[in-house]
Amino acid sequence: MKAFAELYDAIDRTTATQGKVAAVVAYFRDAPPEDAAWAVSFLVGRRPKRLIRSADLRMWAAEAADVPDWLFEESYAQAGDLAETISLLVPESDDEAAESSLAYWVEHQLLPLGQMEPQQQRAALLGIWRTLRGSARFVFNKLITGAFRMGVSDGLLVRALAQVSGVEADAISHRLMGQWEPSAAWYARLVHPDTDDADWSRPYPFYLAYPLEQDAESLGEAHEWQVEWKWDGIRAQLVRRRGKTLLWSRGEELLAGRFPEVEQTAEFLPDGTVIDGELVAWRDGAPLPFSELQRRINRKTIGKKLLADVPCAMLAYDLLELGGVDMRSRSMQERRDALDAVVRALPVGGTMHMSPVITIDTWDAVHAARAGSREKRAEGLMLKRRVSPYGVGRRVGDWYKWKVTPLTVDAVLVYAQSGHGRRAGLYTDYTFAVWDGDALVPFAKAYSGLTDAEIREVDRYVRNNTLEKFGPVRTVTPGLVFELAFEGIQESTRHKSGIAVRFPRISRWRTDKLPRDADSLATIKAMLRAERAPA
Amino acid sequence: MLRVTESGLYCDAGDFFIDPWRPVARAIVTHAHSDHLTWGCGSYLVAERGVGVSRERLGQWQDRVEGIPFGESRTINGVRVSLHPAGHILGSAQIRLERNGEVWVASGDYKTDPDPTCDAWEPVRCNTFITESTFGLPIYRWPAPRAVFADVNTWWRENVAAGRVSLLFGYGLGKAQRLLAGLDPSIGPILLHGAVERMTTLYRQAGIDLPPTEYATAARGASTGAMIVAPPSADGSVWARKFGAHSTAFASGWMLVRGARRRRSVDRGFTLSDHVDWPQLLSAISATGAERVLVTHGFTGPVVRWLRDHGLQADALATRYEGERDDAGDTPSEVASDGLTPASEETT
Repeated sequence: MKAFAELYDAIDRTTATQGKVAAVVAYFRDAPPEDAAWAVSFLVGRRPKRLIRSADLRMWAAEAADVPDWLFEESYAQAGDLAETISLLVPESDDEAAESSLAYWVEHQLLPLGQMEPQQQRAALLGIWRTLRGSARFVFNKLITGAFRMGVSDGLLVRALAQVSGVEADAISHRLMGQWEPSAAWYARLVHPDTDDADWSRPYPFYLAYPLEQDAESLGEAHEWQVEWKWDGIRAQLVRRRGKTLLWSRGEELLAGRFPEVEQTAEFLPDGTVIDGELVAWRDGAPLPFSELQRRINRKTIGKKLLADVPCAMLAYDLLELGGVDMRSRSMQERRDALDAVVRALPVGGTMHMSPVITIDTWDAVHAARAGSREKRAEGLMLKRRVSPYGVGRRVGDWYKWKVTPLTVDAVLVYAQSGHGRRAGLYTDYTFAVWDGDALVPFAKAYSGLTDAEIREVDRYVRNNTLEKFGPVRTVTPGLVFELAFEGIQESTRHKSGIAVRFPRISRWRTDKLPRDADSLATIKAMLRAERAPA
Repeated sequence: MLRVTESGLYCDAGDFFIDPWRPVARAIVTHAHSDHLTWGCGSYLVAERGVGVSRERLGQWQDRVEGIPFGESRTINGVRVSLHPAGHILGSAQIRLERNGEVWVASGDYKTDPDPTCDAWEPVRCNTFITESTFGLPIYRWPAPRAVFADVNTWWRENVAAGRVSLLFGYGLGKAQRLLAGLDPSIGPILLHGAVERMTTLYRQAGIDLPPTEYATAARGASTGAMIVAPPSADGSVWARKFGAHSTAFASGWMLVRGARRRRSVDRGFTLSDHVDWPQLLSAISATGAERVLVTHGFTGPVVRWLRDHGLQADALATRYEGERDDAGDTPSEVASDGLTPASEETT
């Protein structure tokens, strides 16, 4: 356990990739396989579900720290992290626990907490807090709050494991996809030198696009690129092998049963077929807004009514396997042609459609197409080099996503709340309002987009211009105007303003504007009507 | 006996201000940090030990500074005034006022942890105690300074072994000298940023024992193994980049919290503060025997509520002091270069 806590510290302390890789390599070189398995599981971001109710946890931590609840909450607001607040508040004692292995500790101390009655939980927690020190205690608290996260990307972990084991990185990456339970035997397979074992159920690692930040023209000739719509859905891989269909999300989660209509169509695919595409809500040959798809996403079981209200389909854009053969090294053009044949062979009226390629031959035409994205209910364009293979992870050069310019509104800062993590103790979470007649109506929250220096300045404004405090939230004198960017607008009965915006963020601080110059609700509603205009 | 006015904490009976934030005729000053020592007052009364650093800070107004030994009293318009060590930085004082048998103490910034570079805080019995609350939450509990310095020296040794220069950031006045006193000079040469150097010279003149140092020039810094002590504003500057491969660290009480450490994005954060932590704050208050406590800059709300819940009369006092900021600032070079103290900036 100590070695794992030290790994956490080492990763937390360094911002350099090299340093992180070195720390991860050093850990796995010495870790016994049963510990290594759990470490991999935590490093890829798997974590136990919240083991203890947050309210109970706070109550018991305040008790162990001997502070009143209100002071615990004040401390939490400042530290910005529940696990750390507990670590800082509960005093350490002299009876430190004997060292145990990570696997023992997870299986015998951590996970059993989830099975206990509250009073047992309380006793167990107070005991564990008493005997854990420093970063081990912090790691424990992070795990029980379900907020554990290590600053290591999957790519970095794969590199480190490849370095330790001598196994090719792609094979490790492949083995990490899909379903597995951390155990010594599983870890042995993960780093086994024989790479011919790929579990039949596994998808391929997703190839990700880079946001286009340079001029499109700098990419060369337009005809070298395949241009598609960037759909606003769920990226997914459909794996058809051994007469079974597996639908995987990009988060490597199995979407079994969530999209029955897509699975039905997939039954007509030949064995040994893997298709990469986008799951979208789809009606009459066009996508429905993302908010419709959302109604389907978080349901494990899909009722008949929901199936009828929000029919879904898969827009296919790549073919990774055909006849059991890995197609990824073939060119985009070749894969696309093969995909076209596969989709065409499906019965008419199914739920698998080709994501259309936009025929263009000049960059001007690409610009024009992008400008029309919103009418197609697309987020923008995808540019894929026709000769490119299907890579692993996110690599610069072959695939770009080029979103449409977002909608923007000038809005006034009205509430601020202190942030979490590296923004702890600073007012960084803002609510913005627009004018409705003479009143400012809150309509969006935004957390990102300002530089650290700007955040400190806004923080100072908030502290000096507080009107009222409600727990961690402060209302401030309207004085600062910001331009907010967002991807779409929906009507909403849950919001006082009657609208909800998608992906709001601060695009810039309008220091040149006064609150009275901010936009009005009427302006936003006009944008909403424009959004809804038929494609 | 004291109330907050537009210009600062004012004593009506004595007709003087304590740590005014605007120029006034007569100022009594707890210490030389820029949020407590404002420019352009008619006269300054400070602790004798702090005369040197106060004059350095005041520049053209330095002739108006008068020192008084700790514990010696003087009567101003019927108010008996004396200064007592606050343990914050060299010459930092608590100001005790007595009139008609009633005693007030304004403590400015203070700490009770050991610090060889200034006189140790001592409790002063009083009826009303004015306290800061920079770190007035129970999450703030300082590790023993000795352990922190051991960590600093270990980090320095690791950097020497890796062929890197160590860049250690802390306020130019106070923190930097306290850091110097805790460094182990056998590890390598210690170099100082210009802003730190001037203040360090004044510390030595006041008789504070500090390890030998040199002025930090690029040529000298390039020799690996050096420890360079600089103000926080030097982090990420062109000046810092001149020293080649280096590791950075920041010493501040804020570094106790992980989020603050990450935001600072230095390689290491060392928890070292010149303010009291939560337990020290509470025991300091109790040691004064005050029945009434006025709480200023910091977590005034929680501290006031806690004190009230524990049977004391407590209120918040709205001042403009800043305590320990977690961003850059409060370095003599900055104050000198923009020609404004933070206090006067805020009034414009």
